[in-house]
Amino acid sequence: MSAIDDLFKRLKSEGKKAFMPFITAGDPNLEFTAEMLKSLDASGCHLAELGIPYSDPIADGPVIQASYTRSLNGGTKLKDIFEMVSGVTSEIQMPIVSMISYAIIHRLGIDEYLKQAKAAGISGAIVPDMPVDESVELAEKCKAQDFSLIQLITPTTPRERAIEIAKHTTGFIYYVSIAGITGERSELPVDLIDNLKWLKSQTDLPICVGFGISQPEHALTLKPVCDGMIVGSAIVRRIAKATTDNVATADVIKDVGEFSNSMLSAING
Amino acid sequence: MASNFLAQPSPDASLPDAKGRFGEFGGRFVPETLVAALDQLEDEYRKAQKDPSFQEELDVLLRDFVGRPSPLYFAKRLTEKCGGAQIWFKREDVNHTGAHKINSTLGQALLTMRMGKTRVIAETGAGQHGVATATACAHFGIPCVVYMGEEDVRRQQPNVQSMKMLGAEICPVTTGSRTLRDAVNQAMRDWMASVADTHYILGSVVGPHPFPLIVRDFQAVIGRETIAQSQERFDRLPDAVVACVGGGSNAAGMFYPFVAETDVPLIGVEAGGENDTPGRHASSLTYGKPGVLHGSYSYVLQDEDGQTDDVHSASAGLDYPGVGPEHSHWKATDRVEYRSCRDDEALATFDLVARTEGILPALESSHAIAKGMEVAKERGKDEIVVVCLSGRGDKDAAEIQRLRDELGS
Repeated sequence: MSAIDDLFKRLKSEGKKAFMPFITAGDPNLEFTAEMLKSLDASGCHLAELGIPYSDPIADGPVIQASYTRSLNGGTKLKDIFEMVSGVTSEIQMPIVSMISYAIIHRLGIDEYLKQAKAAGISGAIVPDMPVDESVELAEKCKAQDFSLIQLITPTTPRERAIEIAKHTTGFIYYVSIAGITGERSELPVDLIDNLKWLKSQTDLPICVGFGISQPEHALTLKPVCDGMIVGSAIVRRIAKATTDNVATADVIKDVGEFSNSMLSAING
Repeated sequence: MASNFLAQPSPDASLPDAKGRFGEFGGRFVPETLVAALDQLEDEYRKAQKDPSFQEELDVLLRDFVGRPSPLYFAKRLTEKCGGAQIWFKREDVNHTGAHKINSTLGQALLTMRMGKTRVIAETGAGQHGVATATACAHFGIPCVVYMGEEDVRRQQPNVQSMKMLGAEICPVTTGSRTLRDAVNQAMRDWMASVADTHYILGSVVGPHPFPLIVRDFQAVIGRETIAQSQERFDRLPDAVVACVGGGSNAAGMFYPFVAETDVPLIGVEAGGENDTPGRHASSLTYGKPGVLHGSYSYVLQDEDGQTDDVHSASAGLDYPGVGPEHSHWKATDRVEYRSCRDDEALATFDLVARTEGILPALESSHAIAKGMEVAKERGKDEIVVVCLSGRGDKDAAEIQRLRDELGS
């Protein structure tokens, strides 16, 4: 059982859902990311998705793209990210999952990536540019090392394929709410609830929803039909203010904390 | 002469395999959202391959709208100047829209309509693929959006104007290096949200399966015609064939029918930029390593963390950090030799070809001609070197003047 399996088991027994913030490693710098992770953990977030900045993210909207660019321009390197994470994981409760392009994993090598990620205390990976068909080797190695490989299912995924993807997923299923890129949206798609209900009937894995979720109202709508929610751009946009508006980092952390609390109370309040 | 699309058996029909792999290269490294659309595209393409009416419609378009077959032309004065083998140009520059790109955009526009899709997006570097896509879309009445890096919008203004006149919407891309790679990223992002009604007409033999297969097949008319014309003119095949490689579509189209003709050396020419330090060239096969970029596994220029390197070339169409997966396979199997040509060599060749032949070659094609001359010098007078003149250079006139002023020459 990975830390993620433990988390969902505990949440289920408590009748709760997971709130999972996404932040970009190294935006605006890694010291900030470490503080942010500690603060998110202290405010009761259940799992953090740590975005590993990549030069060519095709699934991301302008907010997350810009955060990746800021981080890379600041000189963030993979080894420094792992070092920062290993300094934080001993101090926090929530598991950390890396959101990472396969371009990066491949360059490092699958074995080396797993070794370093596990040593840093990372519990799993979401690889947004590696569909299930290409994931055989990585999935086998993750399974052997009890490292969760969270795969994505989207509204364009045919149902038979969705069942196949679920079979190769560990930790939780990441259900992408919309056909499109990451970014805040005011309305959720009309068929989202039905799609989630159907998927729930096909698998025992926890199902978490991401892309477009940005408001407590979304959380209220979705909590009956999923096991958790992922929020990225709404948080990364707040963190961006440290760079674009010169907001003091303490104020940014406070702002993100208040937003997280509003989401947490909508989800489990 | 028949230019019949797939009229002849494929030289290596087994590649790519069912997973879109050319040997170890290729595949499909894209977000799950796009997988269904790629499956749909592959299905429709396989059906079209078997549908005589599709082939006939495309053949008529290539003949009457594009002007195929394109001539095989003896560059007599260039040959004399160069010394060595005879240099012949495969004249893709005289195609409608001035480059080879139209061969693929017409085919893909037909596929768009067969799939019932009503909108087209495309990326462009030099603007040739953008113009060819805008042209195919205007021809069929399909709305068209072209993503183009801001830097390329600046250096390829004549093509920007043409695309607008053809009714396409131009979206300048301001992220990253503001060139071809960023235009591909932005087109992919558009497609993520529009995939239900939009086809992405990718311009080169790059990207996820089945794009490298489809674009190669539509461009293979270049190599098939060259083989037929060589048989007719020389009663034999050429002694060497040369083409430039950015993503590698004109080279793939030229080389593919020759791959099985193992006696014919094939030479691909990459953009050597200013020098061989990372960031100052765009020679993925010469200096890169296998890695993942834009949906496929192929040679790529990236750092030790897997971040894509910045690249440089005077030619917008070659200014790309990756290359088509089939080229990586041809490199790995030693079927094609890849050389690298610097900016200054390409510019000097542009001048030489303009003045000795009365042809303005595209800066991209000038790279191929420069190395074609190198190959010719290594060979005897009776030998024949065919260079793919992939596009015309009118679009580059202003940029070449600017580069000259910059160099103070």
